[in-house]
Amino acid sequence: MTTTLDPVLEQSRLERWLDCVQTRLASEKESLNALDAAIGDADHGSNLFRGFSKVQEKLQSAPPEDIPALFKLVGMTLIGSVGGASGPLYGTFFLETAKALPQERKSVDLQTLAQALTAGLQGVQRLGKAEKGDKTMVDALAPAIERLQQGADLRAAAAAARHGLEATVPLIARKGRASYLGERSQGHADPGAASATLLLECLARDDDSAA
Amino acid sequence: MKALINRPEDIVREALEGMALAHADLIRVEQDPRFVLRADAPVQGKVALVSGGGSGHEPMHGGLDAACPGEVFTSPTPDQIVAAAQAVHGGAGVLLIVKNYTGDVLNFQMATELLADAGIPTETVLMDDDVAVTDSLYTAGRRGVGATVLAEKICGAAAAAGLPLAQVARIGREVNASARSMGLALSPCTNPQAGQASFTLKDDEVEFGIGIHGEPGRSRIPMASADTLTQMLLEPILQDLPFARGDEVLLFTDSLGATPLLELYIVHRAAEQLANQHGLKVSRRLIGPLMTSLDMAGVALTLLRLTPELRGYWDAPVRTPALCWGLAR
Repeated sequence: MTTTLDPVLEQSRLERWLDCVQTRLASEKESLNALDAAIGDADHGSNLFRGFSKVQEKLQSAPPEDIPALFKLVGMTLIGSVGGASGPLYGTFFLETAKALPQERKSVDLQTLAQALTAGLQGVQRLGKAEKGDKTMVDALAPAIERLQQGADLRAAAAAARHGLEATVPLIARKGRASYLGERSQGHADPGAASATLLLECLARDDDSAA
Repeated sequence: MKALINRPEDIVREALEGMALAHADLIRVEQDPRFVLRADAPVQGKVALVSGGGSGHEPMHGGLDAACPGEVFTSPTPDQIVAAAQAVHGGAGVLLIVKNYTGDVLNFQMATELLADAGIPTETVLMDDDVAVTDSLYTAGRRGVGATVLAEKICGAAAAAGLPLAQVARIGREVNASARSMGLALSPCTNPQAGQASFTLKDDEVEFGIGIHGEPGRSRIPMASADTLTQMLLEPILQDLPFARGDEVLLFTDSLGATPLLELYIVHRAAEQLANQHGLKVSRRLIGPLMTSLDMAGVALTLLRLTPELRGYWDAPVRTPALCWGLAR
């Protein structure tokens, strides 16, 4: 498969990724809250925006030495500032990814990152006990990370995440607060899958073409 | 939306500052990380009780050593729970009382691991008394609701009586196993940080089996009389445990926030009459806005089967901002 992106990601590129996540959350937190209002309690966007804004503060005040330290900083910050279920789940995703990355590296090739993200996803699934089809963030994260593992580029992974998000609409939620609704959770996209898609779309963003 | 707030991001901090001023004789408030603790904590040699959850359910707690408030309807973070437990630990271990919501469970689970690393013994009591939720592999399990208020009071008294951690935990689990709850809403609530109603209800509709976070319930039913709605709440509670003829019970009639006491007494009257018709002996009652969902109008009923042991700890003197009896003020 041909890729439009450099297969090696520099640390600065990953920091721009987090900047993109915070910027997009700032403008899209209301729509994430609205998705959450349909099947949850209308705060998913606000909670993640608070967490990723705190990440930006920490990046300014104590810039991480290398890429594993960057992922660890994000994980610890999200666990300490987001709350709810999404704080521990996204926090674990970044922490477990950090642990699986080669130490003291300021750049990482896409295949190595894909393997580390797989470890991150496994951490999320261990903690949240969610499988694909339960109408959770896993429905966007898993297909995207699987595509990366198969050698696809970041854009293809982001497209797989969005496809996974859209596929959550008809599902009945089996985890989290939305599961209390039973069949009434059908017909709504999952907010966790939506924020996971946002994360992957920012990762795929080609910085040179100024999206 | 109209609400008596300043800035949405300051709601929790400012409310806690007000609470600290109002009840300085009983509690202290820490803001970073954020928790409320009894003024005389830590009490040496006593099991410490810690709970927590999203803000917006005030007063909610009574009988704890510390409570960790998250943002409105958002679970607290592990660092809050760890700091609270460390601040109140009096050498006899810490009982964590956790309501069964995914966020609460995950954050308390992480905190438990950190407390183990810090050498503080903990036990966890998981509350899941809400009969509105089908407990199956396909849900997050039943929610912790009104029985949490009762478990905190009863466990608090057991800890104050000097029981060890394992015994206080056993009593907490017994309360959970002996209690069932169900609620309904006449109007949604508005999270002042989100600014929008959590759902919409027509004038003639009731949201049945409501949770405490403004999450919609299991079904929508037509509005009916207080007696009819009370019966619809109580019957699934009675059948679920099941409560049996001759059981001694505590009946807790809870306002979800906006329901006036006048209506609450009408519901309580119907509930107590129905319980009596079912052959139960209602020997203790709790009525009022104790576990609320902001400005939601509605009511929740909890029945707890009492044993002489549980009744004794329920009757023990208590003086917290929310619960006060058995003591000269």
